Amino acid sequence: MAGVTRRRARRQRAFRWTIVTLLGIFFLLPLVAMLEFTTRGPNGTYTLETWKLLVDWGQLGETYPDLATGVANSFGQVLLTVALTLLLLVPTVVWVRLRLPRLRRVVEFLCLLPLTIPAIVLVVGLAPVYAWVTYFLGGSALTLTFAYTILVLPYAYRSIDAGLSAINVRTLAEASRSLGASWATVIWRVVLPNIRSAVLSAAFLTVALVLGEFTIASLLNRSNLQVAVNLLGKSSATMSVAVSLTALVLAFVLLMLLSLVGGGRRRTSLKETR
Amino acid sequence: MRISVARTVALLAASSVALAITACAPPEKESAASNSDAAKAVSVSDLGGLDKLVEAAKKEGQLNVIALPPDWANYGEIIKAFNTKYGIKVNSAQPDASSQDEINAANQLKGQDGAPDVFDLSGAVASANTSMFAPYKVATWDDVPAALKDANGTWVNDYGGYMSIGYDASKVPAPQSVADLLKPEFKGKVALNGDPTQAGAAFSGVVMAALGNGGSADDISKGIDFFGQLKKAGNFLPVDPTSTTVESGQTPVVIDWDYLNVAQGAKLQGKMDWKTVVPSNAVVGSYYVQAISKDAPHPAAARLWQEFLYSDEGQNLWLGGGARPVRADAMAKAGTIDQAAYGKLPVTSGEPVFLTDPQTAKAKESLATNWAKAVG
Amino acid sequence: MTVVTPHPDPVAPAPGVRPAPAARRRISLPGRDLLGVVPFFGFIVLFLAIPTLVVVIGAFTGDGGGFTLDNVSALGTSYILEAFGRSILLSAVTAAIGAVLGGLLAYALVTAKPDGVLRRVVTSASGVLAQFGGVTLAFAFVATIGLSGFVTVFLRDHLGVDIYAHGVWLFELPGLLLVYTYFQVPLMVIVFLPALDGIRPQWREAAESLGGSTWQYWRMVAMPLLAPPFLGSALLLFANAFSAYATAASLVSQGSPIIPLQIRGALTSEVILGQQNLGKAMALGMIVVVALVMWLYAVLQRRSTRWLG
Repeated sequence: MAGVTRRRARRQRAFRWTIVTLLGIFFLLPLVAMLEFTTRGPNGTYTLETWKLLVDWGQLGETYPDLATGVANSFGQVLLTVALTLLLLVPTVVWVRLRLPRLRRVVEFLCLLPLTIPAIVLVVGLAPVYAWVTYFLGGSALTLTFAYTILVLPYAYRSIDAGLSAINVRTLAEASRSLGASWATVIWRVVLPNIRSAVLSAAFLTVALVLGEFTIASLLNRSNLQVAVNLLGKSSATMSVAVSLTALVLAFVLLMLLSLVGGGRRRTSLKETR
Repeated sequence: MRISVARTVALLAASSVALAITACAPPEKESAASNSDAAKAVSVSDLGGLDKLVEAAKKEGQLNVIALPPDWANYGEIIKAFNTKYGIKVNSAQPDASSQDEINAANQLKGQDGAPDVFDLSGAVASANTSMFAPYKVATWDDVPAALKDANGTWVNDYGGYMSIGYDASKVPAPQSVADLLKPEFKGKVALNGDPTQAGAAFSGVVMAALGNGGSADDISKGIDFFGQLKKAGNFLPVDPTSTTVESGQTPVVIDWDYLNVAQGAKLQGKMDWKTVVPSNAVVGSYYVQAISKDAPHPAAARLWQEFLYSDEGQNLWLGGGARPVRADAMAKAGTIDQAAYGKLPVTSGEPVFLTDPQTAKAKESLATNWAKAVG
Repeated sequence: MTVVTPHPDPVAPAPGVRPAPAARRRISLPGRDLLGVVPFFGFIVLFLAIPTLVVVIGAFTGDGGGFTLDNVSALGTSYILEAFGRSILLSAVTAAIGAVLGGLLAYALVTAKPDGVLRRVVTSASGVLAQFGGVTLAFAFVATIGLSGFVTVFLRDHLGVDIYAHGVWLFELPGLLLVYTYFQVPLMVIVFLPALDGIRPQWREAAESLGGSTWQYWRMVAMPLLAPPFLGSALLLFANAFSAYATAASLVSQGSPIIPLQIRGALTSEVILGQQNLGKAMALGMIVVVALVMWLYAVLQRRSTRWLG
């Protein structure tokens, strides 16, 4: 038995490294190419000009004002979307679990609904809604927060729902209610700290999604990082590629950090249910 | 499950009520701008002369323009000149947008400070949206040929040009006719500025190809076939040409307006030998349209912008970008035209063709059904 | 789910405990509990239900208002049908490739240490790459195999291979196939990994102690267990590719080969005007396709959670 297991382990290792290497090349090649592209100088030389400019934020904003606006808008959208998603979802999901279990299926269904409605479709229907949003709140790019919250709903819901399933919300709530805590206190002080890692992973998914969003911003005539980068690609290809690569690497580092903070626990995915 | 069904029904009902509300556009905000004297002025004399207009515009301090790429018809310089001359800040939104995007933005941002003040539209989009424009006749109104303006001043043609082939002379031989592009020397090199079902420039490119291949303004199918052949020969490059792609040598041949190709050549002078040719007997012309938004948040600045564009200075700036300004003939007669720039425009041979509305409609229909098939 | 009687209150105070301030509320109508979900439902109605209804109603509305079937029947026009066909082909092929490659990679990860560096790096990278499609991805591929891309130039200068000898395919359907694969594989890793994790080593040991070979184990135990989640994940990949817009939008500028680009054309074209409602009809078509796929996914999902929870 032991020999079989060892032989299998060796076979699996060989298989593992073959697959990882092959796919690794496929996935790293474009990233390497991006790096090579951004460092191309005239006549086959290499230069770091683009990267120097990218690091120099003040200079960058002056050279490419649209890019600076796009980046600023995207960061604002990220913060607001994370806030709105959590504010909307955490109390609702907790409340439904505690007081309205009959609604649980409905809430789940609604939260997952955006998966069946592609962003390009949503944007078609959002145009008249946004005419009203503009009327009440102005035409700022930050109003896209509402649409983005819809987009992240399925992922954030999965994450938070899984987090809540892992703890005994009811007991916790009963205990704190019996000690005289208000509902707000229960959610804010008792439940939230217990599902911290789920909330964190929901927040991260939101960050990744909002930073990468192009469809809605572009078709609702508002600027964000991706729209600005796409525009920049038509006038300064190297800079746009450099910004793309930076955003990609930043997101990767963020997710790595999260996986370390989360202690290697499984993160939410579409597959993970109940 | 009965309950969730009931709730879904309730949700749907609530939605339809809400939908009924949404279906109507939001009420227009009463703003100072839309009631100002400037917003009602249909000519500069309504405001008591140009000085008064300048004063009102300066008070507004800003102008929102949209879909004006800096390298398109010299708009970068024009915006800079306007800003320097009057000290009015020009906010240039979405330089890369299409004419339809301009209209969409005006609708979506209605009543906002960020809504566009003025439009620069393709003829088709302009004639479909005249209700959104405020009529205004610039001081030089009489110089504009009657065929190139609306009699009430709702819209006015601003600049135009002819379809051309721009090419990197060091990489490809000079094309004499459209059909030359099928030769093997042009393999993987010919790009068209945009998708003709979406962008006006590309649309005219297909018309040019039709004329150059024995088709006519009434039947552009020969033009679509031509691009099909170009694709089959491996010569068609399905890349959206921009100054980046031209500069990096990715798109050595670009079918585009002559003013864009000429401007490209001027920009790359010394770096690349970028030449422009208007193919013989396939001269397709088109003018763009200038209009003021009815809901302009800066009505005085919008009108001053028009005065500036149609002044000798503005017209010569367009000319400097290779475009043919609408007052060119009158200015040539009066001797106020920039002769050097005027002389540099690409030569054309043959009668230029301007599509009539029914011809355009027919061409569009043919494109919608057949374009994807030809190049797909 | 047909319970109509009020559910027992989960937070009834334990005997002898000072009644909570909200004890009074407990007696009141359960309807008051509904107040707690009003913000959520309000938001859903405004930003999800209404936009969807706008699409559905718009698809059946003529240019001058009023009911019409013109837009929906226009979906039968050859160029729109072809765009749907290409969209489905693109999604199906990249879902298949993504499912196989992603499945293999996920299996490779399962055989590694659960908390090892390899697994962490690959899952994190997958998380990023699956989300980060769009403009970034288009640029990455232009930099790689664009006309003056890294690989293109390398192959041409060093190996004498011209990958564009038969036309430039990167900006067309074949290019989209390649580029979409780039985000499909990592998505497969993320969605399929939990299912593989659900396979317990004991089952294999059990199979072996009963004298089963490796092949028998795979055929009789692992495959039947993994088939539904595998197919489910593939369906999810299909829906993902079918809905994707940004990548294609920034890569393809000619011919609008796939349906999301046709929708863009209908909304922003400056040549062919007045197609807003045709765009909504196409959008409705997309919803129908994706909803169908997601329904199948849910069915498979329900089947597989029984074993691999």
